[in-house]
Amino acid sequence: MAFIEKNLPYILAGISVGGQYALIAIGYTMVYGILRLINFAHGDLFMAAGFMMVYLSATLPLYIAIPLVIILTVILGFLIERVAYKPLRKAPRMSVMISAIGVSYFIQNSAWYITSGLAKQYPTIPVISNSINVWGSTTTVVTVITPILTIILVAALVALIRYTKIGMAMRAVSRDFETSQLMGIRINTVISYTFVIGSFLAAVGSLLYFTNYTTVTPTAGSMPGLKAFVAAVFGGIGSIPGAVLGAFIIGICENIIKGLGWTTFYDAFTFALLIIILIAKPSGLFGEKSTDKV
Amino acid sequence: MEHLNNKQKILITAALIIGLFILLLVLEQFLPSSSMLFVVLKKGAIYALVVVSMNLLNGFTGLFSLGQAGFMLIGAYTYAIFTIPVEARPMVYQYFNGGIVKFTLPVIPAIILAGIVTAIFAYLIGLPVLRLKSDYLAIATLGFAEIIRAFFQWDKLGPITNGSNLLKLYPVFHSVIFPFTVAGICIAIIVLLINSSYGRAFKAIRDDEIAAEAMGINLAHHKQISFTISSFFAGIGGALLAMFQTTVQASAFRATMTYEILLIVVIGGIGSVTGSCLASFLFIACSEWWLRFLDNTTYIGSFKVPLLATGFRKVFFAVVIMIIVLFYNRGIMGTNEFSLDALIEFFRKRFSKRRKEDSAT
Amino acid sequence: MTDIVLQLENLTMQFGGVVAVDNLSLEVKQDKITALIGPNGAGKTTAFNCITGVYEPTNGCVYFYGEAIVSNRPRGRMKKLYAGENINANRKIVSHTPDEITKMGIARTFQNIRLFKSLTVFENVLVAKHMRMKQNVFTATFRLNYKEEKRIRQECLDLLEEQGLLHLRNEMAGSLPYGLQRRLEIARALATEPKLLLLDEPAAGMNPQETQDLADFIVRTKDKYNLTVFLIEHHMDLVMRISDHIYVLDFGKLIAHGTPEEVQNNQRVIDAYLGVAEDA
Repeated sequence: MAFIEKNLPYILAGISVGGQYALIAIGYTMVYGILRLINFAHGDLFMAAGFMMVYLSATLPLYIAIPLVIILTVILGFLIERVAYKPLRKAPRMSVMISAIGVSYFIQNSAWYITSGLAKQYPTIPVISNSINVWGSTTTVVTVITPILTIILVAALVALIRYTKIGMAMRAVSRDFETSQLMGIRINTVISYTFVIGSFLAAVGSLLYFTNYTTVTPTAGSMPGLKAFVAAVFGGIGSIPGAVLGAFIIGICENIIKGLGWTTFYDAFTFALLIIILIAKPSGLFGEKSTDKV
Repeated sequence: MEHLNNKQKILITAALIIGLFILLLVLEQFLPSSSMLFVVLKKGAIYALVVVSMNLLNGFTGLFSLGQAGFMLIGAYTYAIFTIPVEARPMVYQYFNGGIVKFTLPVIPAIILAGIVTAIFAYLIGLPVLRLKSDYLAIATLGFAEIIRAFFQWDKLGPITNGSNLLKLYPVFHSVIFPFTVAGICIAIIVLLINSSYGRAFKAIRDDEIAAEAMGINLAHHKQISFTISSFFAGIGGALLAMFQTTVQASAFRATMTYEILLIVVIGGIGSVTGSCLASFLFIACSEWWLRFLDNTTYIGSFKVPLLATGFRKVFFAVVIMIIVLFYNRGIMGTNEFSLDALIEFFRKRFSKRRKEDSAT
Repeated sequence: MTDIVLQLENLTMQFGGVVAVDNLSLEVKQDKITALIGPNGAGKTTAFNCITGVYEPTNGCVYFYGEAIVSNRPRGRMKKLYAGENINANRKIVSHTPDEITKMGIARTFQNIRLFKSLTVFENVLVAKHMRMKQNVFTATFRLNYKEEKRIRQECLDLLEEQGLLHLRNEMAGSLPYGLQRRLEIARALATEPKLLLLDEPAAGMNPQETQDLADFIVRTKDKYNLTVFLIEHHMDLVMRISDHIYVLDFGKLIAHGTPEEVQNNQRVIDAYLGVAEDA
C-alpha cells in the first residue's frame, strides 16, 4: 500500500501515457496486421498532428482547430499510404520498410524546416489542462480523461471491426491478403480505411500527449512511435486489445522506472522488454503463431 | 572480345590505387587544409566503410538490421577511452576523478580493439536476435542500439565512459590519407569476404533461406558470422568517425544516423559495394558542401529566392531519397559492381560506334 | 549390413487439428527408385519436409541407414490435441536442422523451384559445396584455401558439363527457362554429394517429351552417382516407368504399396484417384 501511495503520481502518469501510446499503437498494429509493414512514419504523423495544432490554434479558435487537426492528420495519413506504400504493393517487404523510413525522414526534416528546429509551445486546451486532485495527488484532467477516452475509442473500434462490413473486410485481408482479393474485396479501400482509422487515433493521441508535455519538436514523434510499436508487438501484432494492454503496461512501467530514479534507462527499458518478448514469445501476448509454407 | 586476365586486372587496380593516393597527396600540398574537399573526402571515406559494412548485412546476407549507429557508438567510445593521453584524463573525466583507465594505447591497436569490442557486443546481441525474421530483426536491433546508447550514458559507468559528457583530447588524424587507408583496407577485406565461399553462402541465404538450409548451410552460424563481421567494421568506422569529429558523445548516435546510413545503402544499390562507396561520397558531398546553399536565405538583387532557408537541404534530400526508393529502387548500381571489364567494354562500344560512323561518312 | 537407406516409422504430422500425414511407415531401399504418389493434398510434401528437418513431425521416427535422424512424440500442447495413432511414450526425441540432415547425405529439390535467383548457375552449384569445404571465414577471406577452392570449382564445372549446363554457367539462375531451372536444381542437389536424393515433383509443368527425358536422366544419374532416389510425382507414366517400389498416400494415410503393377491394379488406389472427381 505504501508503495502505491508513494508511487501514485507515477502510476497515474503511466496510465495516462499508456493510453496515449495505446492510441498510436492501434495504428501500428492494424497496418502491420494488413500490410505486414512497420509503418515507421506513424510516429512522425503523430508529431505532425502536434505541429498542426500549434499553428492552427494560433489563428483559429480551438473548437475549429481541433477538428481541423484531426481531419488534416487523417488526410496526411491517407496520402502517405497512397504515395509511399501503394506503388510498392508487389515489391519485397524490405523496400516498403525502407520507403516508410524515407517518409519518416521526410516528415521530420520538413518539420525541422518549417519550425527552424525550435521547440514550439503547445496550446493550452481549456478544461483538460486544469489541475485535479486524485486521491491526494495533484495531476491534470488529461491524465484522468486519457484512459477513459482510450477505452471508449477502442470499444468503438472493436465494434466497428466486428460488426460492420468494412470491419469484416479488414479481418479477411489481415488473415489472407491474396484470397480476400480473389473474393472481391477491394484491398486498396480496406488499406485506406486502415490508415484513416490509425491516423484519426494518432491525432487524438497527439492532442492528449502534447497537452501533457507542453512542447513539440520535430523528433518528438519517434520515441513515442517506437514505444507504441513495441506495445503492439508486446500485445501480439495484429491484436487491438493486445496493443492497448501492451501500451498501458509499458506506460506504467516506464513511469515507475522514472520514479525509481533510473532516468537514463527510461527509454531503454521499453526496448529491453521488446527483446525479451521477441525471444520468449515472438507472437506476443495475444498473437497467433504462423508457419511458413515450404 | 577478350577479357583482361587476372594479372593485368590486379596490376591496373594497383596502379589506380597508387594514382589515387598520389593525387590525394598532391591535393593536400596545394589546397588549403580547410578546403571543403578534404572534409568531404575524410567523412566520405568513413561513411563508405560504414555503409559497406551495413550493405554486407542488409544487401548481401538479407538481414534487415538497424543497429549500425549503436555499433559505431561502441567503436567510437572504445577508441576514445583507450587513447586519451594519461595526462589529459583528469580534465576529460573531471566528474569521475580521471576515470579508471590509467593507460593509453597507440592509435592502430586502439582502432583494431574498437572493432573487436564491437564485434564481441554484436556476437552476444546476435545470439538471441538473429533468430528473428525480417522486420522483427529490424526493430530488435534498433532497440539494442537504443539500449547501448542508454548504457554508455549511464552514470555508474562514468569512470569508463564519462557518463553523458563528451570524450575528447584523444589523437585524431589531419591528413586525408589516414581515413582512406584504413577504410580502404577494411572495404577490401569485405570485398574479399563477399567474393569468397562464405560470401556465396551469405547471398544464398539472402535469396532463399530454406533452400540455403537444404544446401547444408547452417543459418544461425552464417548469420552470426555476417553480423559479427559487419559490426567489427562498423566499430572501426565509429572509431574513425570519433577521430574525424575530435569529440564523441553517445547522444549523437541515434536511430536517425542508422536511417541515414541505410538510405545511402539504398541510393548506392542494395548489394553493390562500389555503389555504396559512390553513394557515400555523393551523399556527404551534397550534404556538407554542394547543397549547403539550400540552407542559406539568398537574394538575387532584391529578389528573395523562395524556399531557401535553414533545413531546406534536408527536405530536398528526403524528396530525392523518396524518389529513388519509389522509382529507382535499384539505386545507382543495383546489384552490379563497377569493374574494369565493364568500363573497357563501355568505352570500346563507344569507340567502335564512333569508328563506324567515321567510316560511314 | 542393411540395404534400407531410409525408413519412416509411424510418422505423423499434425498442424493444429489437421493431420496432414497420419502414421506413415515406409522403407526406401539402396540403389532403388522409390516413389510416393497420391492426390493433391495427400501429405506427400509434408512427409518430405519432415524427413529433411524443415518440419518437426508430431510423432514418429525417421531412420537413415539405421540411425534415427528425426524422432518425436506428442509433447506440450500437442499431447492433448494429438489425433494420430501409435504414441510411443518412450520414444526418444531427436531433431536436426535441415543443414545437418543435408550434411548426413540427404539432398532434396523443391516442388516450387527454389534456386538462388540472383546468383549465377555456377554459383548456385558452388554454394552446395560450401559445407563440404574445410575452410573457415579467415582462410576463405584471405584466400588461404585457394587449393580447395580450385578443386571445388573444377568439380562444379565437371558437374555442370555433365548436366549440359556448362555453357550457361554465367547466367543468372532466375533467368533460365523453367526446364533448365529444374535441371539446375537437381545438379545443385547432386553437388551436396548425397547418398539419398529426394525429388519433389521433378516433372511438374513438363510436357510428355520433357518428362520422358527426365525419366532417362533420373535413371542415368542414379546409376552414375550410386544414389538412392525417393520421389514424389504426379506424372503416372514417369512413376510407373522408373520406380521399383511405389507408396500411395491418400488424406495422409498410406493406402497401398508395391511394385508398379501391383499398385496399378489396386482397387483402393483406383478409388482414391477417381474419387477425386466426387470431391471436386
